[in-house]
Amino acid sequence: MPDLSINFAGIKAPNPFWLASAPPTNTGYQIMKAFDAGWGGAVWKTLGVPVVNVSSRYAAVNHKGHRMVGFNNIELITDRPLADNLREIEEVKKYFPDHAVIASLMVETRDEWHQIVKDAENAGADGLELNFGCPHGMCERGMGSAVGQEPNVLRTIVEWVMEVATKPVIVKLTPNITDVTLPAIAAKEGGANAISLINTIQSVIGVNLDSLVPYPVVDGASTNGGYCGPAVKPIALNMVKNCAQIPDYNLPISGIGGIENWRDAAEHILLGASSVQICTAVMHYGFGIIRDLKSGLEGYMEEKGFETINDMVGKALPQTKTWENLNLKYKVVASIDEDKCIGCQLCYTACDDGAHQAIGLVGDGDSRKPYIIDENCVGCNLCSLVCPVEECITMERRDDGKEHITWKERSDNDDVPTTFNDDRAGGKGHWVPQPTDALKKK
Amino acid sequence: MAEHKRPTNQEEVDANFAQLHPLMNTSEAYYESSRCLYCYDAPCVQACPSDIDIPLFIRQINNQNLKGSAKTIYESNYFGNVCGKVCPTEVLCEGACVHNHQSVKPIEIGRLQSYATTKAIKKDSKLFTPAKSNGKKVAVIGAGPAGISCACELRLHGYEVDIFEAKDQPSGLSLYGCAPYKITNQEILEEMAYLQKQFDFNIKYDSPIRTAEQLKRLESQYDAIFLGIGLGDTSSIRLKGEDMENCVGATEFIEQVKLDPLSVKVGKKVIVIGGGNTAMDAASECARLGAEQVILAYRRDKEAMRAYDFEYDLAKNVGVQGWFNLQPLEFLGTDTIEGVRFIRTMIENGNAKGIPDSEFNESCDLLILATGQNKQVDFLQKISDMKWDKKGRIEIDPESRQTSNPKYFAGGDAANGGAEVVNASAEGKAAAKGIHTFLN
Repeated sequence: MPDLSINFAGIKAPNPFWLASAPPTNTGYQIMKAFDAGWGGAVWKTLGVPVVNVSSRYAAVNHKGHRMVGFNNIELITDRPLADNLREIEEVKKYFPDHAVIASLMVETRDEWHQIVKDAENAGADGLELNFGCPHGMCERGMGSAVGQEPNVLRTIVEWVMEVATKPVIVKLTPNITDVTLPAIAAKEGGANAISLINTIQSVIGVNLDSLVPYPVVDGASTNGGYCGPAVKPIALNMVKNCAQIPDYNLPISGIGGIENWRDAAEHILLGASSVQICTAVMHYGFGIIRDLKSGLEGYMEEKGFETINDMVGKALPQTKTWENLNLKYKVVASIDEDKCIGCQLCYTACDDGAHQAIGLVGDGDSRKPYIIDENCVGCNLCSLVCPVEECITMERRDDGKEHITWKERSDNDDVPTTFNDDRAGGKGHWVPQPTDALKKK
Repeated sequence: MAEHKRPTNQEEVDANFAQLHPLMNTSEAYYESSRCLYCYDAPCVQACPSDIDIPLFIRQINNQNLKGSAKTIYESNYFGNVCGKVCPTEVLCEGACVHNHQSVKPIEIGRLQSYATTKAIKKDSKLFTPAKSNGKKVAVIGAGPAGISCACELRLHGYEVDIFEAKDQPSGLSLYGCAPYKITNQEILEEMAYLQKQFDFNIKYDSPIRTAEQLKRLESQYDAIFLGIGLGDTSSIRLKGEDMENCVGATEFIEQVKLDPLSVKVGKKVIVIGGGNTAMDAASECARLGAEQVILAYRRDKEAMRAYDFEYDLAKNVGVQGWFNLQPLEFLGTDTIEGVRFIRTMIENGNAKGIPDSEFNESCDLLILATGQNKQVDFLQKISDMKWDKKGRIEIDPESRQTSNPKYFAGGDAANGGAEVVNASAEGKAAAKGIHTFLN
């Protein structure tokens, strides 16, 4: 049986699944309930300067019958009294001494930071997470993402915290920045023990077309919020990967962003996260999803032979390269399984209108099954992505695997196209239809 | 006991005739429309006699463009809601849905179509405006799906249209012939009122056109005439006793059920003779009206029935018994029909032949003949140069739908011999285009 327990920068937890600092960790009640359900840790909803919250607070993107594929909020940090939160941290730790309770913190001045670090530690928090990510409301007051976007400020505040902290300190990063590795490096320079990312992405989720007010509506107006949910996972994975690939970085990373099931969690871990944090999926489905998160990840680890979480951390990183290091000789071509094809012809129209005109229709008889025009297929995957039938369109390898040359190698050998008409350019000689052929189709 | 008790009030009628395809709510329509793949050159459209751009209207529902969705439907088929509810979608659009090929439930196209059109009807959304008068007049005989569709389309081209209808309500067999569990009278009449309000054609009710003189008058007053006259009464099977009170034609029986269900007496045991969709409807309606035993007697085997499988299934599901290879020889009884004398049949060289010494008597309280409807040949004879085929179907040019008398155009059952509402609707629309071309 694989061992799910982790030791994240000195914070121990029975499994890598933590609740992210957010509405599900607003109270001791919720966290007790989550731990009882099987969650390994929880990052308390951010303690800090006094705030007032608005009503309403959340909005969502629904897509084709699926609710909340994207989600945003304009809620601020906790509006509950600090004393209540600290008392509840203490109580949770009493019942669950082996679970990770991390206090998320956000204040302004050095003195305030010193005080709140001490308060959280005294209450029994196993670790501290510095919220430098919140992209709405708090940043207007110079906190949250306003700090995360200024590596120098971030470094200074981390230094303040490290002056008094005795427990591991995690710095939570904002994705609302051009290069997330800059604040990640600043966090390390300031002495942080770990980083977590991503916080939410600044967003306007939509506009009410009747009232012309964006969502969520607060008395006829709205504001930008923080975007999260399944839709943001690819952005999160990229940023986790970017941090994990900082040379000699070596700080543990807690992966956050779009994790709804064990597969998402495994992806975060394979790209460098050694714990994962989840919020939106819990806000959607409740704490019960932990059962499949754990059993799914366990099953996967068993199948792949990973005995501990550490065994799998970053295992996809060697295969995650810069573009210039990809093999230009690799060649795949789409293949349609006629027995599986249901004749929707989505691949045809996708390829003809949206890609490389490499799929044809039989056009006579009753067959609606398209065929691949091999010589036009660039192996882009689009047809296999739009195909609604599992395993119907697959990409078949056509090169013999013996040749391997990258753009970087070609550059190093001075063998890259240098002008638009250079024969070495990729698209040169590729067949394309005449523009007026478009008008001949029905 | 029968599955359905005899209804004694309208509420019980409604319960026994609960809608097979009830109106979707917003959530249902949203989730169902989300499943549509938006196929290229979609097979559902190819399967639709009225060429509705189905993926488009479904996408418009999904994107909350309900007015656009209704317009997409009505631009192709003026009987949008009726067809959504009564079309045999299993053998048309839904039968063609590619989801069937991977054992996924096909999209409920009919119900989505009714959802979009019903919303438009309830909101009285204005989708069409008749063109300015072009000074020409067209007479339409018959306010059925063919006639009304023809009228709507003609109004878009600026023709003045008068519809002459023998009965006192519009929509023809949609109202008088579609099984009540497929669509309610109210739904049909609301769609008709919606169309009439937008297209502003005239309907003259209780105005049958029967005589040569009437036709002459129409010919002199109108630039063209559209025949949407449908079919006649139930055909005789030439057995003694057909005229007795408890022997009724299926079409007439269904009409009575549609107009006044509580007045219909089915007794305890009913025999329905026939194997088409009308027979299935009549049998099913008897069971829903509380008959304890309903026998559907057909002279060939089950596979030879013209009825769609799902129609037979519907009848079976309310307790109708299919008895096959039975030919009626004689109707028993003197003042009223007390039963039917049948002979068992076998198929020889494609014909059903009686098996000697296999006769038997079966009693019944009501006998329904679903043996097809008469063609209106007597009427057609009154039009000069009019031609029809051996089956009594008006001969027409398939594209313009012009008859052998150039002033006349035709569509619907009178021309196709008896098909679905959607066919009639498409043909009426096509005829209007034919008339427009002819008059310009």
